[in-house]
Amino acid sequence: MVSLKDLPEEELFLAGSTACQGCPSSLALRIAFKALGKNTVLVVVASCTSVLQGSYPLSAIDLPLMNVAFATGGASASGVVAGLRALHKRGDLDEEPTVLVWAGDGGTYDIGIQSLSGAAERETNFIYVCYNNEMYSNTGTQRSGATPLGAWTTTTPGGKAQQRKDIAQIMIAHRIPYVATASLAYPLDFYQKMEKAKAMEGTKYIELMAPCPPGWKFPSSQTIEVSRLAVQSGMWLLYEHENGETRFTAATKRIIEGKVKKKPVKDYLEMQGRFKQVLSSPEGQAAEDALEQEVTESIRRLHGWVPEYI
Amino acid sequence: MKVLESGNHMVALAANAAAVEVVPAYPITPQTQIIEKVADLIADGEMDAEYIPVESEHSACAALVSASLTGIRAFSATSAHGLAYMHEMLHYAAGIRVPVVMANVNRALGPGWNIWCDHQDSISQRDTGWLQVYVASHQEAVDTVIQAFRITEDHSVLLPLMLNLDAFVLSHTYMDADIPAREEVAGFLPRYRPLWKLDPRKPVTHGSVVYPVDFSETRESMAIGQENAREVIRRAVSEFEEVFGRNHGDLIETYRLDGAKVVVVAMGSMAAESRVAVDALRDRGEDVGLLRVRFFRPFPTGELRELLAGRDRIVVLDRDFSYGNEGALYTEVKSALYRYADVPANNIILGIGGRDVTHTGIEELVLHSADGGLPEVTWGDSRISDGHLVTRDLLREFDELMDE
Repeated sequence: MVSLKDLPEEELFLAGSTACQGCPSSLALRIAFKALGKNTVLVVVASCTSVLQGSYPLSAIDLPLMNVAFATGGASASGVVAGLRALHKRGDLDEEPTVLVWAGDGGTYDIGIQSLSGAAERETNFIYVCYNNEMYSNTGTQRSGATPLGAWTTTTPGGKAQQRKDIAQIMIAHRIPYVATASLAYPLDFYQKMEKAKAMEGTKYIELMAPCPPGWKFPSSQTIEVSRLAVQSGMWLLYEHENGETRFTAATKRIIEGKVKKKPVKDYLEMQGRFKQVLSSPEGQAAEDALEQEVTESIRRLHGWVPEYI
Repeated sequence: MKVLESGNHMVALAANAAAVEVVPAYPITPQTQIIEKVADLIADGEMDAEYIPVESEHSACAALVSASLTGIRAFSATSAHGLAYMHEMLHYAAGIRVPVVMANVNRALGPGWNIWCDHQDSISQRDTGWLQVYVASHQEAVDTVIQAFRITEDHSVLLPLMLNLDAFVLSHTYMDADIPAREEVAGFLPRYRPLWKLDPRKPVTHGSVVYPVDFSETRESMAIGQENAREVIRRAVSEFEEVFGRNHGDLIETYRLDGAKVVVVAMGSMAAESRVAVDALRDRGEDVGLLRVRFFRPFPTGELRELLAGRDRIVVLDRDFSYGNEGALYTEVKSALYRYADVPANNIILGIGGRDVTHTGIEELVLHSADGGLPEVTWGDSRISDGHLVTRDLLREFDELMDE
């Protein structure tokens, strides 16, 4: 078990980024870089992270980095991996660097799913991290395929009428060696998952819940609290999938094992302004029930059954 | 080594001779044989490259760009809808300044579905920042693949290049050509030395946000890269000739221009066909010559001014059309001549969607043009009739049908 003290001191995510206060992506990048180290090539899919790294000629990221077009995370990684392998083959690179794609949910669930799927099917050797803020935050908070039922966005002014899709399960269906979910409230769990992914060959998919203060309408000091409550309420389940098996981790594991009581989804919804409208509407109870029901169904899909204490 | 192969296979063999290291590609008729041949060469151990069988052309171009940015030589091939699907990434390749080379087998864009030759696909990508060359023979396709990397990788250019060859007329016909050995090519085309790349030893951020205060400069530098390419092309062509003894022209190629009163201007295989037409017309005592535009980008403005001024007439053949105006090559030729030469000109649209272009057809149209008997812009081989148009009669029939 690693402790915070075991994390490398070297910072590859430098001070002076242009991220918003409380930005989950910048916190996550810092941890991810510590897990992967200097011999990493970063591919950033068009998202908040394209912006928060700073603008030309400055950069807050001390890794070789390529900003790529919205739909191309998987494909761009494929090119980088092939190029690095060619360099390695001709003796110009001692050790092939880790290739890391960093993409938002828009670039993953929606416009980038084809390219990600193709790269996974080709068994491309890279790590794909989707930092999921459940909306197009960078363009001003529009709905995405990851937006949960009932959530306000600028394109779902009355609250989203549909459930989000489960892309981690879609990635598991690609039979890649490693799929995991992570949360900023459990940074060591995230760190260990990144370390594990680094040591594996093939396509590794890690999805990080990334609560966005301006988009979700909560104070920027509460990113970690919202992250934690997402897990404690079951709205975000922490697990890893390898060798055909799903294993719950961190707080989710404790909930499933009955060591900790799952908190009501309502507690999580009430922390955020984006659910305010739906909760105060006549359909508020129905939406809350549907989300609570979806938590149970998600556990059933992953676990096979739902313990009676949940 | 002399081989008898299809134009497509020739392109693949040339890419191998050019020591290409990564090939991301997606199949599309009539380009498919290029990537099949690449896959075969790699499987047979004759080619030492990484082939990435991507799931779309958008991804093909994305992987082409990112592979090149690691500092290696990358190549791809596409056609028509594939090229159109890449459009965003074509801008990306030029904007991030990677010297990639991609063969485009010129094919019509649907609908209706048409897999045959015209230049609408590549002409539609004119303003993406790519260099564009149109070849007229199998040997030229081979030699131009090799020249292409010399041109794009020159540090004063660093822009991608699209090598266009006509669907079926060149891609699927078999001709003999010499494929230079890799060792021989290595002397002319040394390993790519990137000015910038993705390197953990020297971390650089590529493609970041650029505010208006800096953006215009990035784009003017691309314009300068295209301008620099003119001299780099001439030098590459002349050094290529010294090593391999072949010259297909630099930005242009001329044929029997001496004393020509009428000059045909064309690109690709229509220019090859026009040569036969020029010979036939010369035999009949007509003073006709040919100017083949080899590079469409950078456009041979200076060459056209020098060679077309003072002629009696110019006949520009276009295998494309800019809707609402005229053929794209025609516009470019006229624009080059503005204030330099006042020569009567005709634009003849020919060979759209693979319609057969014959030298006799060209001869007839050129004679017609010389007589002053053609409208300025003429669809030379289209047989449009009322049946192709929405006529008053048709509308009346439609109204009657709706009334019932």
